[in-house]
Amino acid sequence: MRRIAIAWFVLSAILTPIVVAVIAPTLPPGNASNASSGQVFDDTVLFGIVTPIAVAIAVYFFYAMFVFRRRGPEPQEGVATRDNPGVHIPWLVGTTVIVLFLATFGTAELADAGAGGGQGPDPAFKPSGKVLPVQVIAQQWEFTYRYPTYGGVETAHLELPVGQQVAFHVTSLDVIHSFWAPKLGVKADANPGVDNIAYVKPEEELSFEIHCSELCGLWHGYMFDTGQVVSPSAFGEWIHEQQRVFAPATKVLPKYATHYFPEPERRGG
Amino acid sequence: MRSNGARLATVVVGVAIVAVLIGFYVANLLSSPPTVSASQTASHEVQLTLKTEAAVGPQGGNPPWVSYLIKDPEGNWIHSTIFKVPAHSLVHVTVYQFDGESGLRNPFLSQVQGTVGDRMTIDGKSLRSIPPEEASHTFAVPQLNLIVPLPGVHEEAKNQCEEGPCNLSQAHRTIDFTIHTGEPGRYRWQCFVPCAAGFLAGFGGPMQTIGYMDGFLEVA
Repeated sequence: MRRIAIAWFVLSAILTPIVVAVIAPTLPPGNASNASSGQVFDDTVLFGIVTPIAVAIAVYFFYAMFVFRRRGPEPQEGVATRDNPGVHIPWLVGTTVIVLFLATFGTAELADAGAGGGQGPDPAFKPSGKVLPVQVIAQQWEFTYRYPTYGGVETAHLELPVGQQVAFHVTSLDVIHSFWAPKLGVKADANPGVDNIAYVKPEEELSFEIHCSELCGLWHGYMFDTGQVVSPSAFGEWIHEQQRVFAPATKVLPKYATHYFPEPERRGG
Repeated sequence: MRSNGARLATVVVGVAIVAVLIGFYVANLLSSPPTVSASQTASHEVQLTLKTEAAVGPQGGNPPWVSYLIKDPEGNWIHSTIFKVPAHSLVHVTVYQFDGESGLRNPFLSQVQGTVGDRMTIDGKSLRSIPPEEASHTFAVPQLNLIVPLPGVHEEAKNQCEEGPCNLSQAHRTIDFTIHTGEPGRYRWQCFVPCAAGFLAGFGGPMQTIGYMDGFLEVA
């Protein structure tokens, strides 16, 4: 037991800092937004907890494999061990501490404006300051985007200003979809008749992929798009160009709402 | 009590039936509509002539759902939704639209996007958009940012075509537009109008089936 503990301690002391300081921070989704960098931080903490646990399992596994391997005839089965407080108590205390810590840590991290997840129509965790609302409208098989603070213009592509807190209002016109922008650390289900709100603040200018992450029919695999995070001035130019280009469509759009129940459905059976 | 021979024969016949059914299913799954080329009209210019019918009827095989047909270079109407056009070329598209109005769920898609000049002509009249409730279908290639709403035949129109083959003496709308193709590739196209009669909210059947209201634009 002592040799196992020493091996575990030495290996954990070597590997945990390497995992936490070198490997985990480089893993996806990166640091393109507050949500994504928050997820990287969360993953780093989790890796920091799980590395000693994984090392303990590996050390015990290999120790048992080599030290306890049978060399002679089949040994007689020993007396059953009914209790071993030296194992039970540390196990119960250790797992309880870890679970309680993770619950507290996870809740605290969610308090950072929801950590990029969809929070439903009445978010429990809201960011402070000015927020740019962007409606994400899912339909088989394309996302379109509506900017209520710019005359309700709807666009075929998503563009966001860097450094601006954004509130995605995600909804669907037909079946269940899911709006997923991995680099931004945002994922929110798109349900018909529901306004699912997710917050994010892009921190750098970049192109990012958008995917539907809910199996939604024939072309689900093709339901993707590329969004852009640009400077505030470039965003201003872009959105005004969109208002000009899509003026005919904007005239016939329904008034901006949190969700829509489109009519007609003349063909529906 | 049956003999072992009879039991064996029953098992063999049962396995054979299941194998044949699986074979039919796989063959059906792997089969796709034929790829039909647009007609060359000039150097780097082709004409793609399509028609939409509310029910393709006997010419389109089974089931007779709403679908597209394409005119091949020999002038024959072929039931297919895989259209081949050249890369880096002008493609003049004419759609003879025989189906009725259904309406768009998202009115944003009533505006023409991605054609030359962002316009189309409907029955000879140049337009940028149509009233969303008059849409019958859309010809949309999202990867190419192409959306063309296709207006339906009005409900009160006379001599409507209920089932294919439809001909130009029957009530129809004529939609023309031109696109400029870029790099070679296989781009999927779809209809955004839930036009599947008899299916929940109009989204099943032909809306989910390549060969009906979904297909590919093969740019080669």
